[in-house]
Amino acid sequence: MDVIELSWWQLGLASLLVIALAACTHFTRLGLGRDILIAAVRTVLQLALIGLVLEALFSVGSLHWVALMAVAMLLIAGREVMARQKRRLSGGWAFGIGTLSMFVSSFTVTVLTLTVIIGPDPWYTPQYAIPLLGMMLGNTMTGVALGLDRLTDGVWRQRQLIENRLMLGETWSQAVVDIRRDAMRSGMIPMINAMATAGVVSLPGMMTGQILAGSPPALAVKYQILVMFTITVGTGFGTVAAVAAGSRRLFDERERLRTDRLHTA
Amino acid sequence: MSDSASLRLQAVAIGALRDINLEVRPGELVCLSGPSGSGKSRLLRTVADLDVHDGEITLGDLRQGQVAGHVWRSAVMLVPAESQWWAETVGEHFPGDAIIDLTPIGFDADVVEWSVSRLSSGEKQRLALARAVARAPRALLLDEPTANLDPDNIQRIERWLQGIIRERRLPVLWVAHDQAQIRRVADRHFRLRGDTLERS
Repeated sequence: MDVIELSWWQLGLASLLVIALAACTHFTRLGLGRDILIAAVRTVLQLALIGLVLEALFSVGSLHWVALMAVAMLLIAGREVMARQKRRLSGGWAFGIGTLSMFVSSFTVTVLTLTVIIGPDPWYTPQYAIPLLGMMLGNTMTGVALGLDRLTDGVWRQRQLIENRLMLGETWSQAVVDIRRDAMRSGMIPMINAMATAGVVSLPGMMTGQILAGSPPALAVKYQILVMFTITVGTGFGTVAAVAAGSRRLFDERERLRTDRLHTA
Repeated sequence: MSDSASLRLQAVAIGALRDINLEVRPGELVCLSGPSGSGKSRLLRTVADLDVHDGEITLGDLRQGQVAGHVWRSAVMLVPAESQWWAETVGEHFPGDAIIDLTPIGFDADVVEWSVSRLSSGEKQRLALARAVARAPRALLLDEPTANLDPDNIQRIERWLQGIIRERRLPVLWVAHDQAQIRRVADRHFRLRGDTLERS
């Protein structure tokens, strides 16, 4: 089965519906009309651009360009993680910890999946590597951002409690253990929920796309299970690493709580 | 407590305070007073090594900068004016093995099963002192330990603390407002004025 070609005028029809929605929200004074239009335009531009980039990348297919693309994706994800925290570690630590933990978890899991499990030839074949890494990074980013935000906000709100525990002679990690556990949980729960409801409540986007593109559903399902597993592993390790490093940075070498290392966005 | 030791502050500087030198001997109770904002609580936090500061603080052979933070703070224990409680019941805030007698401060043994949420501010203050004492510190830093108590309980807590301090020979810094209380409990009394401590 071939995919039915989609032309720009057909997308134009769909965009009319978006404009209609924007007009309705404008007249009902929801104040979202502008936001909807701007977001819609961004979607078109960003996706068109990435389409061009991917076509170029697929035609070249060399390790250098794939690596460059991967690094660019990682840095953008790192910036996004930082932007999503209300109180963040100052001095580049928010960006550094987020980016490094995403790098360690997403890249390791993606490379392992490519070399050991899927095994395309060469292993960095961009048709496999880039979408896989994109899904890994997108989800790990959410987990890391949620975890770090929960951690820094929790420490800020409960700073007196943490210090009181320190006064009683507890180590820094005992004093912050409850908040750290909370932060790690909140980073991982979205992914656990997604696994629990996959196929029952929601049909995962990747699988749907593969079926639309003509894959037999049984194969699409196998790929989806693989992707869900790898995403969960990547998100889990990424969140754990980021929250562990972040909570360490909130204490100094004398085990003092250093809320002066946090600043509001 | 066999290993009683003096608490020594040498050339300590924190906030507005400069060059603070003070020795508190085993079993000695030194009161600190001064207007609010003069840095009393800050000085206690410094002795507990909770704030970045200059100068050297020792407890006998124990030097502040040379042991881990939590080791120092389990020896030199600060009890803040307002205590924080993180677990469900009172008992979970006490160290597992060391049960101390709470009748002298007005509680029955079943207080350990009480829910923290039903404690009044006065009960919290008395229990916060008890949970610190139960950890067997070698020096105590008390920030207005009777601020939330009624007159009967103030006297009771003073007597109880004095008993423990004498018996365990603990050096103690006690921040107080009430001049009458200072006269009752203090072996020595210093006022924080400007950037220094003044004997009074």
